[in-house]
Parts: sequence; structure tokens; C-alpha cells
Amino acid sequence: MERRHVGRRCLGVALAAVTAVSGAAACSSGPQTSASSGPDAAGSPAGGGTYTIWDPYPQFDDTSEWVKLLTSCGTEAGVTVKRTGYDTTDLTNKALLAAQQGNSPDVLIVDNPVVSTLAEGGVLTTTAETKLDTSAAEPNLLAAGQTGDKTYGVPIGANTLALFYNKKVLAKAGVDADSVKDWASLTAALEKVKAAGKKGITFSAIGTEEGSFQFLPWFWGAGAQLTKLDSPEGVAAVTLWTDWLKKGYAPNSVINNTQTTSWQEFATGDFAFAENGTWQLANAEKAGFDYGIIPVPAKDGGTAPAPTGGEFVTIPVQNDQARYAVSQKLVTCLTSTDNLYTTDTTLSYIAPTAQVQDKQVAQNPALKVWVSAVKAAKGRTSDDLGTKYPKISEPMWKAVQAALSGAQSPQAALTAAQSAAASATQ
Amino acid sequence: MKGTMNHVTQTPASSVAGERRGRAPVPPSHGRRRAAVRRRWSGQWAAWAFLAPVVVYLLVFYAYPLYNNLDLSLRDYTVRSFVQGGAPFTGFANYGKVFADPTFGPALWHTVVFTAVSLVFQFTIGLALALFFTRHFRLSATLRALFLVPWLLPLIVSSSTWSWLLNSDSGLVNALLAAFGAAPVNWLTSPDWSLWSVTIANIWIGIPFNLVVLYSGLQAIPAQVNEAAELDGAIGWQRFWKVTLPLLRPVSAITLLLGLVYTLKVFDIIWIMTKGGPSDSSTTLATWSYRLGFGNLLPAFGPGAAVGNLLIVMALAFGLVYIYLQRRQAFA
Repeated sequence: MERRHVGRRCLGVALAAVTAVSGAAACSSGPQTSASSGPDAAGSPAGGGTYTIWDPYPQFDDTSEWVKLLTSCGTEAGVTVKRTGYDTTDLTNKALLAAQQGNSPDVLIVDNPVVSTLAEGGVLTTTAETKLDTSAAEPNLLAAGQTGDKTYGVPIGANTLALFYNKKVLAKAGVDADSVKDWASLTAALEKVKAAGKKGITFSAIGTEEGSFQFLPWFWGAGAQLTKLDSPEGVAAVTLWTDWLKKGYAPNSVINNTQTTSWQEFATGDFAFAENGTWQLANAEKAGFDYGIIPVPAKDGGTAPAPTGGEFVTIPVQNDQARYAVSQKLVTCLTSTDNLYTTDTTLSYIAPTAQVQDKQVAQNPALKVWVSAVKAAKGRTSDDLGTKYPKISEPMWKAVQAALSGAQSPQAALTAAQSAAASATQ
Repeated sequence: MKGTMNHVTQTPASSVAGERRGRAPVPPSHGRRRAAVRRRWSGQWAAWAFLAPVVVYLLVFYAYPLYNNLDLSLRDYTVRSFVQGGAPFTGFANYGKVFADPTFGPALWHTVVFTAVSLVFQFTIGLALALFFTRHFRLSATLRALFLVPWLLPLIVSSSTWSWLLNSDSGLVNALLAAFGAAPVNWLTSPDWSLWSVTIANIWIGIPFNLVVLYSGLQAIPAQVNEAAELDGAIGWQRFWKVTLPLLRPVSAITLLLGLVYTLKVFDIIWIMTKGGPSDSSTTLATWSYRLGFGNLLPAFGPGAAVGNLLIVMALAFGLVYIYLQRRQAFA
């Protein structure tokens, strides 16, 4: 047993070396916390002691509502909570390394598409093992954390994409936002906006998972399936974006836009539309112009299924199974109705349960659009794709970039992407 | 440690024996030889003790990670086997996978172009500036300090600044081009330009290093040599080509080698500016290695480590070339 631990630690060192060789700045930022949390994680049984929680919300410090909630849940369960916030892209690797070294946190809050990866690695316990109640969560949100008939966590909140619009720009161009029902009417609206001397739409098509996330509402809205990227529906979705760029309805910078830089473009007040997420609501209030929100339209009308964002609360596997009882109490506390409301308001998320969603809409009617968007949304790893999803997503964002930058036609780009995805997932 | 203990415990016993023997006539040389042996042994232990920190340091921080990185690249790691152990040994399968990948050819070519173009321009501009600063003039120290700014800035700051400057729609560079009536260039989002954009940024960042090292190299050239050359009738460029450059050769060689190693593994600039895109048009081996290992929801540690090792081998090869050239120079 001891030997295996040593072996694992070495692999950690090796990974650090790979990082060093590739000059990755990202990973040099944080010292390994594993050494300090090790004894705690394997140590004393339930009843007192310290429980570690990792979350992807580094923006919250100890004075925030979120950390106060964690502390109070710990007090309720009779333990001290030690919380660390990581950058969300960093957290997956941190969690994998910690699991390898046998000192996972007691509670891990992680982005939903990562759940299936961690579950595949045997890092997470199932909700059946730890007796977590998932019955309140909406099935379409819970699906992202399910593989086969097993569930690996409880959603803590959801976000998704919709179209923000600038009321002033639309009024100037003579466009009624309610007239945008499908792709044709949206493109027509963009044409009018451009004719009025303003900019059409901004989104994020960057070469990372973020780009796929933003593309999916259009891809699914065309009726395409992730299992066949180069279907006529898939080509139609890429062509829609490519034509917008060609005609100048969308700026060329979308190819390199993250959702944050895309939002900054919209915040200049020059753009009519922006595809962005629930989490921008607070910024939208600060933008200084009147805005509205409509769902992303499907090709032939109706609301396109957008991908679900948001995190799951999970309980990683521990050597000392006695710890699960307290961890279960912590998770139950975090996902209880009252606390969900506080958390999701703090995070600017939509709650994962119908009960809390109703409460959110009652408090803030503007959230209604988002609640219906979340109800129509779909997990990226759903449809039993699980760990196949990342292998499809990468060729897909590359194809979108190739088409938008003019390197390949939409058809050629997607054909290449499909063969890459097929060979990666076989 | 155990050895030292034995040594210490034996000493009193042997000295007692020596005393006893002292009554009987014993050749004195015997004891002296013993003492010499003892001294040599203790000297060796001391030597090892002094060496130990360095050896331990090298083993822990260099040999071990390198060995494990090699091991990582020779096994078929899935997420499951990474966490639970027991990844099967697959020999060079990861390398095969990497070589067969359609990204490999372009990534290698981009690495070569990026490195070569960066080195040529960094070195030439750095040398030109270094020559410029050897003429002492007012504020030359201040100006030289200003040239160091790119080096002092954190890479994330300079790369982000470059990506703002080069933004297609709201960037300063395109605004300038427009002011002169030129068409805007999609610096970061066109597959024809993205590699050039990151190379330009990298050259800018690398100039100060070349300037500083070459400047100190120039300072080391004795003034008399230049004076003598001048007396012999070497003028202007002649003096540069025939005196300065040959005398600067050792410094140039190490500058270029260090520049090469730095440039081969440049990652931050490219990742921040283009993420290696659009569609791999600015992907180098370094960014590819990172993408494989960390840039996807599902990490591919084996192939990622394999690409990283290829980079190490490339840097090592050039290091050996450098050592070879240096030796030849020393013997010549």
C-alpha cells in the first residue's frame, strides 16, 4: 500500500515535468495542496475533524456568501470545513492528481462535463453508495452526471446560453426582437442591423471547449447529433456562422473570442445580439443600456436545446469510508432548497430543482427566459456519450474554426472532423 | 551513514592496539600507512557528504521526473489507469500515435519556423542594438533600461497586450493600417497570419535577452584590438565582420543556444494569443503537448508526454552540437 503511494507521488512529479517542458504557466501557479490535506483525508473517522471541499469558484473569498454557507454547513455537521477554490480548467487535473495520490477532497464541486471523466477514472462515488438524494433535480440536468444507471453527483446550479440583445440598436434598425423566431428571421434582423450601420452579433468560437459550448445550440438547433458531425444539419449550422462572418454580420474576432471577450464586445453597445450565458446577468445590469433576452432559436423555429453549464457536487472515493456519512451531510446541506436559492443567486445560476426555480422567478421575473432555456437544455455528456464527448468536441471546435477562418469549407471541415472523432471514439 | 558509524567505533580500538604494540618494536611505517589509509577514507566520505546535496537534488528534481515522463510516454494511460495504476506498457505506441497524427507534421513545421525566424530576428536586432549601445551617449543607460521592459513584463501581460493590439476588429494595428488606407489583416484569426503574429510577439519579447548578453560580450572585447584593427586600416563594416563578430563568437553561440532552448518550449505566448489556432495553424509541439495533456476535458497523458519528450530530445541534440563545436574550438 505504502509503495503504491510513493509510486503515485512520482507520477505527479512526472506530470509536473511535462508541464515544465511545455512551459505551462498555468500549473506553476498553485503549490500542491495534497501534502497538507493528505493526513486529514485519510485520518480520523466521522465526528469532529476537518473536511476538505474543493470548488471552481476562486472569485469567492472567505467573506463571501458561498464560503459562509460552506462553513455553516460544516458547523451543522459538527466538523471544520477547509475550502479551496480552483480555476475551473485547473480543477480537473488537480482532482485527478489528488485521486492518484490517494488524497482526494471529501467534497468536490466540479463542472458537469467533467463528472463522467472523473467517474470513468473511478474517482467518484455513486449517489447510491453515499445515499445522496437526487430526486429533486431536473432529469435533463442530472443526466450530465449519469453513466449507464449510475449517478455520480447532485447538480448545484445550472446555466445555459441565450441571446442578449441591445434594445436601442434593434430599435434603430427597426427590428422587433419578438420577430426573431428561427434562423431566417435572425439573419434578416442581422442584415437590417448592418444596414443601419451597427454590428450584428458576437459569440465565442475559440479553439477550446468554450467554442464547442457556444456552437452546440446552433448544432442541436439544426437537428444534428454529436455522433454524426458531418450530417447535412451539422453542415447547415457551421454554414450559418460562416455566412454571418462572410457577410460581416459577425466580427472576425469571434474566432478568438472567449465568452468574456465576446461579452466585452457586446458591452461596447455597438452590437445588436450576443450569445452568452446566465452568469452575465449581473454584468448586463452594469452595461448601461437596455437589454433583453431571447432563447437561441432553432433552425425552423422554437427554442434550440442549449448545452447545460453548471457544476455538480460530488463525493470522491476515500480510503476511509466512514467519512462518507459526514460528506453526505455536507452535500445535503449545500443542495437543500434554502441553500440552493442562496448559492444560485450568488453564482447567477438557475437552480436545478423546480421548487427553487419557481422561487427564483417569483423573486425576479426576468429569470423566466433562463428557466425555460434551462428546461430545454441538454447535457453535453448526456445521451450516454460520457467520456466520448471530449473526443467529439475537440474535432468539432477545430472544424468550426477551420470553416470560420476560411481554411476549409463547412462540409470539408466537418467531414474531416467526423473521421477524427470516429477514430478517437472507436 | 552506516559506514561512518563503523569508522568512528573502530578508531579507539585500533589506537589502543597501537599503544599496546608500542612496547614491542614495530616498524613505524606500518602505523603511518594505516593512518594514511584512514585519512584517505575519511577524505572520501567527506567528499561524498559534500556531493550528496547536489546528487540528491539532481536525482529528485531532474532524473526522477525525466524517468517518469519517459515512463508516462511508454504506457497506455487512460483516466482510469492514471488514477488506479496498472497502465499497460505499450513501448513506442504513443510515439507512433503522435507521428501518425495529422497535427504532427504541421506542428513540427511550425516549431521549426517559429524557432528559426524568432532566433534570426532576435539575434540580429539584439546585436544591432548592442552595437548601438557600445557608443556611449547621453541617456544610453536609460534607453537600454527601457529596452529591457519586454523582458520584465510577466508573459501573460505582454501576450494579452499583443492580442489586443492585433485584434481584427478593435486592434490598434488594424486601426493604423486603416489610417494609411490599407485593408485590415486578421492577425490572430487567419490561418495565414496567426503563426507570424505569435512569432512577431516572441521576437519582441526575446530581443532584450539578446541585447543584454551580446552587450556584455561586446564589453569584453579589449579596446586595443579594435584600435589595432583601425590602425591596420580596417574601416566600418570590415571591423565588424573581421574583428567584432569573430571575437564575439563564443558569446553568440551560447546566446543562440539558450535562445533556441527557450524558443522551442515557448508556450504561454502562443496559448494566450491564439490557443494554437485557428485550426492548428499556430500549433507548435509545445502547445500541442499541453493540449494533449491538459487542454481537453479528457486528458491524453501518454501522447502528451511523448510530444514533450520529443522536445527534450530536440533541445538535447542542439546542446550536444554546441558542446561539440565548443570542444573543436578549444582544441583548434
